[in-house]
Amino acid sequence: MAYGEKLIDHYENPRNIGSMDKHATDVGTGLVGAPACGDVMKLQIKVSPDGIIEDAKFKTFGCGSAIASSSLVTEWVKGKTLDEAESIKNTQIAQHLALPPVKIHCSVLAEDAIKAAIADYRKKAGTMPRTESAAAVKVAAE
Amino acid sequence: MATKTIEASPKEAPAGRNIQLPIYLDYQATTPTDPRVVEAMLPYFTTKFGNPHSRNHSFGWEAEEGVEIARAQIAALVGASDKEIIFTSGATESNNLAIKGVGRFYKDRRNEIVTVVTEHKCVLDACRHLEEEGGFKVTYLAVKQNGLVDLDHLRQAVTDKTALVSVMAVNNEIGVVQPLKEIAAIAHEKGAFFHTDAAQAAGKIPLDVEAMGIDLMSISAHKMYGPKGVGALYVRRKPRVRLQALIHGGGQERGMRSGTLPVPLIVGFGKAAEIARTEMAKDNERIRRLSDRLFDAINKQLKDVILNGDREQRFPGNLNLSFSYVEGESLMMGIRDIAVSSGSACTSASLEPSYVLRALGVEEEMAHTSIRFGIGRMTTEAEIDYAVETIVKHVKKLREMSPLWEMVQEGIDLKSIQWSEH
Repeated sequence: MAYGEKLIDHYENPRNIGSMDKHATDVGTGLVGAPACGDVMKLQIKVSPDGIIEDAKFKTFGCGSAIASSSLVTEWVKGKTLDEAESIKNTQIAQHLALPPVKIHCSVLAEDAIKAAIADYRKKAGTMPRTESAAAVKVAAE
Repeated sequence: MATKTIEASPKEAPAGRNIQLPIYLDYQATTPTDPRVVEAMLPYFTTKFGNPHSRNHSFGWEAEEGVEIARAQIAALVGASDKEIIFTSGATESNNLAIKGVGRFYKDRRNEIVTVVTEHKCVLDACRHLEEEGGFKVTYLAVKQNGLVDLDHLRQAVTDKTALVSVMAVNNEIGVVQPLKEIAAIAHEKGAFFHTDAAQAAGKIPLDVEAMGIDLMSISAHKMYGPKGVGALYVRRKPRVRLQALIHGGGQERGMRSGTLPVPLIVGFGKAAEIARTEMAKDNERIRRLSDRLFDAINKQLKDVILNGDREQRFPGNLNLSFSYVEGESLMMGIRDIAVSSGSACTSASLEPSYVLRALGVEEEMAHTSIRFGIGRMTTEAEIDYAVETIVKHVKKLREMSPLWEMVQEGIDLKSIQWSEH
């Protein structure tokens, strides 16, 4: 299979590989896919108190397209609000990397990974006392 | 370079190395034609171009002589008589002819066929076709964890209604060698014929149709340094195996396969068989050494690398390795200047990994991490060393990137995770 230039670049020089502390309250973790299907993505976001994604990291077990898709989304989500990040569509990823039709599922997985990371963060933010108090302080200041 | 896509050969060979990139390690897919084979073929394109079936002039006689010499060379490779060699377009046709041809001919008396789940698709598909045609019963035997047929299970499956037992000699994906002689004996006990798909075996391991009791054998030229587009089916004469032709016409090849013979291809096939027969011991000694070198060096530098298929009962020119926690296709992409095959089927829409590996009981996630290395006559030590270095480097890099590797290093059991199937 011949791959596009952008895809090769993300595969060979993946951005933002790594892990963050999954127990930290400002970190959201998304783990999607299954080893039996040949791809697993772990995507993590670090969210600032004002709801901006400050940092993103990933690790992926999967083909070159899966690695490139996850690398690309970590770049895209940085600096975005949660709502903005949540609106990223798999078609944008597939188009940007010029994924061949048999690889579209890789971009779907990357979209799922962001959504899962955001959901995880929101769940924590809703339950964790520290974040709650942070929100309470914010409300009080208003 | 502002090209839109990047194909093979992304970089020059490192200085001081006596190798050319890309390196070919996919000898199960096909082999380069030996230059001596090409040389033998050339006159049959130009000056000796006659139709071997033309009986009335020297052009025909000359071509016929070339064909008959080749037939004898191929027969000699497998211990057959030259009258027992039928030329075909390749092993796929030979397998189809053996299974459908024998199946249909003996259907009234014996309508059962016994084969194995790890056979090549063309064997399995030909069997399924007969089932769909109706009136046939096919048994697809499972294999043991090492990829070999369980002879007790085989004995139970073969009945006095079995016309044919079809088991491949060397598996194309994992390289294991089946116990042909024992399988033949079990088939013969019940009066069934034994067919073996020897596409990956002929010219690679010693084969003797008499000593092994083989009744039909499929051979391909391009897997043994001959040209593509030609193969043969060995059909035993004593006791005689009969079959119904698939291709009808001028009645060539004793009525079993009509059509004008592709003389240059056949001459090349014969030459390839002759070289394989005379140089097999020497070739195999080298291939075994290179195979051990690759296997040992990789295992010394990487942990969690698993060899698929039996360690001993194998053709050493085939090493199928699972690099745990690294997906096969991404590894292939990293080692683009090394041509190999992957058991991962991430490229296929089904997302199903290799059915052969699954039949061995290899977990799906491990099947996704497998790479087949094929070593052959033209492989050099320098190529193996370069391949090892490249593979080790990329496996390490991809493991650093792998969430599965990370979890396992943290002591997490991957089976305890609730994965989201997709």
